[in-house]
Order: sequence, then structure tokens, then C-alpha cells
Amino acid sequence: MMYYSRLRLLGVAGVCLIGLLLCLPNFMRAPTPSLPWRQIHLGLDLRGGSYLLLQLDLKSLEHDRLQSLQDQARQTLLDKSLGYRDFQKDDQTASLSFAPRSDDERAAALKTMQDLPVVVPDEFHVTEANGRIVLTLQHDAMLARARDAVAQSIEIVRRRIDATGAIDPSIAREGDDRIVVELPGVSDPERIKTLLGTTARLTFRLLAPNPSVASPGSTMLEDISTHSQVAVQDHVDVDGTDLTNAGAVIDQQSGGWAVTFQLNSAGATAFANTTRANVGKRFAIVLDNKVIEAPNIINPITAGSGQITGGFDAHSASDLALLLRAGALPAPLAVIEQRTIGPSLGAASIHAGIISLGVGFLLVVVFMVLFYGRFGLYADIALFANLILMVAILSLFQATLTLPGMAGMLLTLGMAVDANILINERIREEVKRGRGPLQALQAGFERATSTIVDSNATAFLAHVMLFVFGTGPVRNFALTITIGIVTTLFTTLLLSRFLVVRWYALARPKELPV
Amino acid sequence: MLSRPLLRFVRDDRRINFMRGRHMGLIVSAVLSIASVILFFQPGLKLGLDFRGGIIVEAQTPGAADFGKLRSALEKAGIHPDAVQAFGSPRDVRISINAPEGADREAQTQKLVDGVKTAISAAEPGTQVLRADAVGASVSSELFRDGLLALGFSLAMILAYIWIRFEREFAISAVVTLILDLTKTVGFLAITRFEFDLVMVAALLTILGYSTNDKVVVYDRIRENLRKYRTMPLRELLDLSINETLNRTLGTSMTVFLAALPLALFGGSTLTGFATVMLFGIVVGTSSSIFIAAPLLLLMGEKRLRKGSSTPEAE
Repeated sequence: MMYYSRLRLLGVAGVCLIGLLLCLPNFMRAPTPSLPWRQIHLGLDLRGGSYLLLQLDLKSLEHDRLQSLQDQARQTLLDKSLGYRDFQKDDQTASLSFAPRSDDERAAALKTMQDLPVVVPDEFHVTEANGRIVLTLQHDAMLARARDAVAQSIEIVRRRIDATGAIDPSIAREGDDRIVVELPGVSDPERIKTLLGTTARLTFRLLAPNPSVASPGSTMLEDISTHSQVAVQDHVDVDGTDLTNAGAVIDQQSGGWAVTFQLNSAGATAFANTTRANVGKRFAIVLDNKVIEAPNIINPITAGSGQITGGFDAHSASDLALLLRAGALPAPLAVIEQRTIGPSLGAASIHAGIISLGVGFLLVVVFMVLFYGRFGLYADIALFANLILMVAILSLFQATLTLPGMAGMLLTLGMAVDANILINERIREEVKRGRGPLQALQAGFERATSTIVDSNATAFLAHVMLFVFGTGPVRNFALTITIGIVTTLFTTLLLSRFLVVRWYALARPKELPV
Repeated sequence: MLSRPLLRFVRDDRRINFMRGRHMGLIVSAVLSIASVILFFQPGLKLGLDFRGGIIVEAQTPGAADFGKLRSALEKAGIHPDAVQAFGSPRDVRISINAPEGADREAQTQKLVDGVKTAISAAEPGTQVLRADAVGASVSSELFRDGLLALGFSLAMILAYIWIRFEREFAISAVVTLILDLTKTVGFLAITRFEFDLVMVAALLTILGYSTNDKVVVYDRIRENLRKYRTMPLRELLDLSINETLNRTLGTSMTVFLAALPLALFGGSTLTGFATVMLFGIVVGTSSSIFIAAPLLLLMGEKRLRKGSSTPEAE
């Protein structure tokens, strides 16, 4: 207990030294880019920037799947020459239903429905009710699809944000159907919000034979170029997924802005076939269920490229081109939480955090020297090492530090000296009881240790829970405190004890300064 | 010589008879806690944006803020703010709007925040937006649930730990004391009108953790003394234990207090409330370690405690 082996001594000194080295990258630039230069990331509240929480629209995903399932079911029934009556789609209950043409075909229709291909296992259940066959989408399967959709969306969101030139964005999944986007330095996220709020699903579809009324197989959509409603066929001739490139250009004829696009070979073939077969008819360019324009087909378009002119300005044309290049989202995303910190507030918060940390540290240091003398000074040295080690661990994991995180560090420092106080009070008691210096030190360290472990264990458990269940600022606070408890155990049980032991070995005092 | 301590809270041989004031302590504590519970229901806590949902925009105008002008500019844009207030310097203004009602309230909330920014920039050119937060209703209710879960689970972990490490009497006294501490802190929140948000949940938890830590140290000593002085009356023994740990109790409270103090003074709007509540909690936690936790043990009865710690060779 009182004699540190050389190995242990080297261990303690080594940890402190490594800690010091790990802290350095936070205060200087990397001398060469190849060095592993790990720094603490400043949170958005310190750096300034925007935080967006996006929610994937599950309903729309469900609606889309219901639509495609309906097409699939009808087509399969037709292929097998099974008849159906009164095909209905119900978005509320996420189900499709139809009545078989006759009772003879019931079993075959039921079997056909059960054999329909699924995208995820156990996607829908087929049941019979009141003579009708009912297909119901399953919630769990939709959640699985939502998870896939979120994974896809993250990629697309990243491409869109990268295209805006935002620096160092962080895009991550949260839960089943949410995405967290953090944009350091972006204090006006309106453009990005608009970009992310657009699904950008581009489709080319023919207009219904009579564009002024909705007939079966077509839907009334808003034409934003004429501000009127037109009936557009539900069947999609060419889909935006076949786009290979898009760009904003100035239209040679009108002088206004336009968006050009290039299709891949599959898209080009489909586009050529459709336009060849429908010369003279109108086709609609539909973006997110809004008709951008609905021109007449004058000549077949075979090159697989085209131009959209829909009353764009420079901004909207380049944004649309950007969205088309990045690809369509599988389902709409809605912003449900937004937090923006301006750069001046961020700077003020860093300032507040550092001042508080400095003043708090100093107050504790002075207190310890006044109330515990030489051993207080040793506690202060350990306290400084504690601060270094906390910063080192945060740097090592490239963790984020927020203002509440800094508060957590400061409170850790306040709590850390508790261990030193416990030890000192114990030693003092042992001295009062008439023990010699060596015995008093030994007894003090030994008896205080179990109390120190006890009191830190409760705090540790509480903050791990807080980290697991907490969100946002609370998590960072819990993280720094949890790390702080570990470093505290090291600095108080090993480092400050080591300092006291060294001093005792060198000075061999007749009595202890307690 | 500086190597010896210069100051000390209490002389080592000082024996303060804390147990004499035990009834007074318990009564005062109970009254304060009951009052706090009443305050919790009426007027209740002021929920922060995290838990309430809605919008807060904080901005700094180039000159002294003209609240009337800003308010009318917002009204003209069709936005009806619930509050346009000063905070910090005379140039700082905080606009808050409660979460809108209706089917598409989520989208409305997000649109409103942009509307507010546009309107105030138009009314006062050169205005800097310091902070713009919009929290949808679904998010706020989830945050609230998660916050309470975090609080509940942490409390459960603390209790489980004490239950395992100490005898039942200690655990029960600790629980009761912690509940008394917690209710008073909630009452303090209700009186001071600090906003109850996620950061405040962290403050409550830290207070709980700190207060537990304090009790563990005193209880540790009581348990040790129960084994050491087998014939000493419990009342005397509790007094002795509190006195023996008094310098440590006050010392640690002092260092945590000193660490939290600058946060309350310079921490800025995010941390001032948090740190002030912390300071209050430290004072409450320290006094309850002395005046509540040990007297509760005395109420539990000497016989049961002695039995709990007796060993075969005793008597």
C-alpha cells in the first residue's frame, strides 16, 4: 500500500503523459495531414449551426405500397384470367379488397393473392370477409420498409446537403423512421429545409383522354404553370429513377431558365416508345404530384434527353437540377424539430463555458490548499491531471462537447476532490487517535477507499442511465460526468496517493500536515 | 508553514447535539416538502420548449429593441406571438409561440419559425438571430417521456445500490430523504419559474446523485460505529457519526458549490437556471444528510438496527 512498485509508478506517469499528448491536438493544427489528429468536436451550441430532426412519412410509404400492390394484384388476376369486381383501396386500414367474379374462382383468386411476391417477409395478410378477399399490410413489415427507406434517404439527404456546400454535416438515423441532420456553421437552414422537404419524384405520364375530368385510372393534379387542375393518368411511362444527369441552363428560345435532363438507356427507350406512339397528345411532367408542365408531343424524342421549362428562375432551376441529380426520396421527409444557434451565441457560449471552467477550477484549487494544506496541493495536482485526462478521453473518441458537457466537466472537478477530502479526514482522525504518520496514512487510504468506491458507484450508475435514456444536451452532460468518474477514480486512488507516498518517502516527517 | 491546513469548518473535538433538533428538522422538512408538492400542482412548473413544443426565436437588434414595433410586424405577417420579451441586454429580444393546434401542426410549427425570422429581419434590418428553435408536438411529448424515464431509472438504480450495500433501515431512510430533497427542489423550480426542460432533468439527477453520495458517507460511518461501539445508545451514536463526518460533509458540499457557482454567474441563459437549481440542491442535500437522514434512522428504532448488524460473538 505504501510502496509503489516501479512498474506501477511508470504506469501512472505513463497514463498522465499519454493524456497530455492526447490533449495537444485540440490546441494546434496537424503538422502533417497524415498524423492521426484526434480532436474534440464542438457541439452545435458552441460552434453555431443547425440541427434538424426529420421524420419519414410512413403514411405515404404505405400509400405508395398499396398503390403498387393494387397494380400488381390486378395485373396478376388478369394474367390468370380471373375476374374481380369492385376493387377498393382503403388507406385508413392500409388494405385492398375485391369480390371475385364468381364463387368458382374464389379459391383460385385467394391462392393467387397469397402467392403475390413480397418486398419484405410477411408483408401483408390475405383474409376473407363478407365474400370479399382482403389484403392488409402489416405494421411490422411497414416498419421494416421504413428502416430501409431511412437508409436510402440518408444517402440522398447526404448528396443533397453536400451539393449545397455545407461543411462537415452529420447525418444519422434515429429510431425506425427518423433522421438527424447537424449542420455546423449553417445559421439559416431555410434552403436546406426546402431541399430536404422536397421528395423530388419526377414522373412522365400521359394526360387522360379528357384532361378536365378524372376518369378511372387517372387523378386530378395541380398544374403549377397554369394554376389549374388536369387529369393525369396514374400509369407512369418514364420514372425519374432512370435519370442519369440534370442541369440548369438558359433556354435558347425563351431566354428563361430551364432544367435539362439525360435518361439512361432503359429510360430513353421507354421515352422514345411513349412519344412515338402518342405524337400529338399531351404528356405531363409531374414532380411530387404537381404538374410542372404538360406540353404537346410534336416529334418522338429518341435521344433520351430533354428539357423542362416551367417558369423557373436561376435559383429554382439549379435547386431542381440538384434534387434530380441526387435522386428522389423513397418517401417525403418532414422537419419535426429544428434548433439553430447563431454564430455569435455560439462564441458567447464557448466564452461562458471556459470562464466558468476556469473560475470554478480556481475556486476549488484555492479551497483545497486553504483547508487541506500540502495534501490539498497534491489533490489539486491530481485535479489538474483529471481535467487533462477527461479532455484526452473525449479527444481520443472524437466526442462532441456541448455547453452542458462543459458543465458536467466542472461538476466532476467539484466532486472529484471529495475522494481527497475523505482520505484526508480519515488520516486526520487516525492521527488524533495517536497513530504514527505511516500507520495513519495507511489506515486513512485503506478505510477511505471503500467509501470512495461506494459513493462513485451510485453516481456512475445514475449517469449511465441518464446517458442511455437521455437525449440531446442531457446525453452529453451524462457522458462527460461518466468519463469524469472513471478519471476521478484513477487520479484520486492512484495519482494523488502516489504523490503523498513519494513525499512521505523523501521527507520522512515526524508528523503529518493534516 | 503553508503545508498545514489554514482553515477548518468545525473543530475536531466539537460535538454538536444534532439529534436534539431532530423533530424540528423533520417537521420543517415535511412542511417545506408538502408546500412544494402544492406548488407543483398550483401554479405548477413552467415547461421549457423541450417539453412544451412550439417556437422560440432569440434575436439581437442593432439598437435598443422596440418590442411594440416587432410585435406589430409579426402580427402583420399573420403570426401571433405568445410573448415578446427582453432577456439579457436591452438589444436582446425573445419571441415565443406555443405549438399551433390542428392537423398539420408539425408543418405549421416549422413554417412559423421561418416566418418569425423573416418578419423581424424586415422590421429591424441588421437583426441577428441568436437562436431559433422549433419543437413539434410529437417530439416534445417524447422528450418529456424520455426525460422522466431517465429520472425514474436512475432513481431506481440508486435505490437498488443502497439496498444491496446497506441494511433495509438505511435504504428506507435514504429513499424517504431523497424524496424529501427532490420535492423541495421541484418546489424551488415552481417558485423561481425557471423553465423545466431536459437540462433541468439533468440537474435534478445530479442533485439526486450528489445527495445520495452524501448519505452514503454518513451511513457508512454509522454502520462502522454500530460495530465499534456496541453499547452506545443509538441517539448518541448517530450524533457522534454526524460530527465525525461533519468536516467532510461540509468540505465536499463546499467544493461542489464552488464548482457550480461560476456556472450560475457566467453560464449564460442555458446554464444559469441549471446551476442555480444545482446550488439549491446542494444546500438541501447537505442539510438533509445532517438533519433528516440520521434522525429517520433513529425513528426506525434502535433494536432493529442493532439486530441488523449483530454478529454471533456479540453480547
